[in-house]
Amino acid sequence: MSAHFVRSQLIAPQESPRSDTGLSAWLRQRLFGGVLSTTATLLSALVLAASIWPTLRFLLIDAVWQGTSRTDCLAETVGRPVGACWPFVQAKFAQFMYGFYPADQVWRVNLTYAIGVALLVPLLIPRVPYKRVNAVLFFGVFPLLAFCLLVGGVFGLPHVETRRWGGMLVTLVITFTGIIGSLPLGILLALGRQSSLPLVRWSCVTFIEVWRGVPLITVLFFATYMLPFFLPESWKLDPLARVLIGVVLFAAAYMAEVVRGGLQAIPRGQYEAARALGLGYWRMMIFVILPQALKLVIPGMVNSFIALFKDTTLVLIVAIFDLLGQLRAAFADPNWATPVTLLTGFAFAGMIYFAISFAMSRYALYTERRLNTGIAH
Amino acid sequence: MTKVAFYNSPKVRSAIYQLAVVATIIWFGVEFAINAKANLDAQGVRFGFRFLDDPAGFGISQSLIAYSEQDTYRRVFYVGLLNTLLVSVLGIVFATILGFAIGLARLSPNWLLARLAGGYVELVRNLPLLFQILFWYLAVLIALPGPRQSIGLGVQPFLLAAADGFSWLERYGVPAAIAQSWRGLADWVGPPAIYLNNRGLIMPRALFGEGSGLVAAMLALAVVLTIGLRFWARRRQDATGRQFPIFLTALALVVGLPAAAFLVAGTPVSFEAPVLRGFNFVGGTRVLPEFTALLLALSTYTAAFIAEVVRAGVLAVPKGQTEAAMALGLRRGKVLRLIVVPQALRVIIPPLTNQYLNLIKNSSLAVAVGYPDLVAVFAGTTLNQTHQAIEIIAITMAVYLLISLATSLAMNIYNARTRLTER
Repeated sequence: MSAHFVRSQLIAPQESPRSDTGLSAWLRQRLFGGVLSTTATLLSALVLAASIWPTLRFLLIDAVWQGTSRTDCLAETVGRPVGACWPFVQAKFAQFMYGFYPADQVWRVNLTYAIGVALLVPLLIPRVPYKRVNAVLFFGVFPLLAFCLLVGGVFGLPHVETRRWGGMLVTLVITFTGIIGSLPLGILLALGRQSSLPLVRWSCVTFIEVWRGVPLITVLFFATYMLPFFLPESWKLDPLARVLIGVVLFAAAYMAEVVRGGLQAIPRGQYEAARALGLGYWRMMIFVILPQALKLVIPGMVNSFIALFKDTTLVLIVAIFDLLGQLRAAFADPNWATPVTLLTGFAFAGMIYFAISFAMSRYALYTERRLNTGIAH
Repeated sequence: MTKVAFYNSPKVRSAIYQLAVVATIIWFGVEFAINAKANLDAQGVRFGFRFLDDPAGFGISQSLIAYSEQDTYRRVFYVGLLNTLLVSVLGIVFATILGFAIGLARLSPNWLLARLAGGYVELVRNLPLLFQILFWYLAVLIALPGPRQSIGLGVQPFLLAAADGFSWLERYGVPAAIAQSWRGLADWVGPPAIYLNNRGLIMPRALFGEGSGLVAAMLALAVVLTIGLRFWARRRQDATGRQFPIFLTALALVVGLPAAAFLVAGTPVSFEAPVLRGFNFVGGTRVLPEFTALLLALSTYTAAFIAEVVRAGVLAVPKGQTEAAMALGLRRGKVLRLIVVPQALRVIIPPLTNQYLNLIKNSSLAVAVGYPDLVAVFAGTTLNQTHQAIEIIAITMAVYLLISLATSLAMNIYNARTRLTER
């Protein structure tokens, strides 16, 4: 005989598991999953609110938009707490953009910008054809054109001393010269570092390591105070030109390391195949290795361009007035001395610096993704 | 077989190329030397390092070693170097802590926290460092109120703010006793010991009385003992498999020994709190706003880069490693400590060192706000006074180069030691 147990009632069906899709599941998993996560969410929200709301109030809601002098930006005149004093930026705008470039010649700067943008934009879009012509125009012809336009003294354009240049103009000139100068020099140094000739290799390694081992500010001091001693007395180097030499040498050392990464990523087979075709060193490099290597390191290059762009601010320490330098000079103007002048100026310059660096870093990310899909076959 | 012309032989060619390079370098060197001699003669500057023994004759606002205006330029060099090292070391400590916290927050499963950390990294990385230094210095620290309206940094202001909040809530029926008790707590905590105003950061000063040497000696002894203990515990574990609670023992040693010495020697270390008297603070020590701005900017800027390094390092450890460790039955803490962190560190350490080097080099931006670092007092003031540009800039560059090269050397050794041994 055996014992039996038979259930006489059905078990109530279990509730369906909580969905793991949809908004509520997302909220549960990513924002309110447990005490710790909820606390983190609340604290983050607090930090966000405490930083974004006052910023918005300062920049937009409480800001003063029209005015002609400092009194328009004082809380006593406006009758409420004031935020950003935008008339200050309006009054100083020309100074921030062009320094003390003669007002009737400013069109030359703008024309240079326009030509630069017209050449740069098609270069950055991968789909646009004629890359080679475009690159030659941008890297070869444009610098000469820009030099003639900005410095003047030819084609009936009056000469403008670099002493009068300033603001964004100087920032862009230094960045652009650094890029244009450091590319060929950096490629040569990278090739030298990989060279089989020991003396060439060691000179390049020494050059690269020395420039990379010292801060940019000492390089600028070197270019400003030490370099004139080494040149013949008759060479009266312009202060801006000295700084440009320092920046180019410094940027070239960093560029060399970026390019070296690309050269090392090219498989040996490519070198051997080029040799087997009977190409000499330079032809092998120019037609086989460098086109592949340089394409690989575009993201790295753009990243070092960002670093270069941010580093241009250092020139204010050797009395070249870039955007940040002009900003600092404008702070000293008693006609615009208000409690909000400093913050307004920093907000304005900060937005410009952020916009340009951020755009460049997004472009680096975009090329990186594009290259990644190209490699994964 | 046709004979190859001698100038086409690879050996001859390489010799010619190398000779050409060396000749160019020597030519540049000679040309530079001749020009330098002519220029120095024209300006009446005598080349040499003798100027280092001349009296400097200018004051320096912050110095770790005794310094007066009668001291030599050599002393100025040491003062500047120590100030550079001070801000660098503190910057590295703060940047590491902040950077690891933000890097891990970016990896948090919490969406908002990860986004917030990401926003911080993007904002800080895309603004020039000098911009940030000037912002902190000009727009924040110098713009602070004077000593009489100093901002107290401590618990009391928060407690008082909470008490005010509760008093405001009394109109909605919250009992007055709550606000009272917060106020009582604030009184019990006492006024803050750290103040911030436009003259800097005012902090309590530690006074070391007789017998504080004993405390320091005990601390050193505890550290030595801990290292020895760790060595012994590891060997025993390798030999027998038995583990030793090393962390708790080390904690007990490092805290216990100095604490015991502190009591035995009759509490030799005391703190002198700053007190507002008249228009300024009396007592305590003052940290210059230049130093605070530089340290703040360097730490927050480098932290953004370190956060990215940490994130990449943690992401580089495959998920399978965690899962395998869990499958072996290790607890979560041990999975992190024994499996994930060691592997992530192998990826993190080299770029992290690079960031440390960047921070040390970036500390030279001190000159923009007038913090007396090596570049400001030596390559700046000393150069302007003596006009010995070649020597001074060469020395300054050599110092930074030496730090960089020493670090790369240490890095290469570390990389060789931690490299995966593959068969």
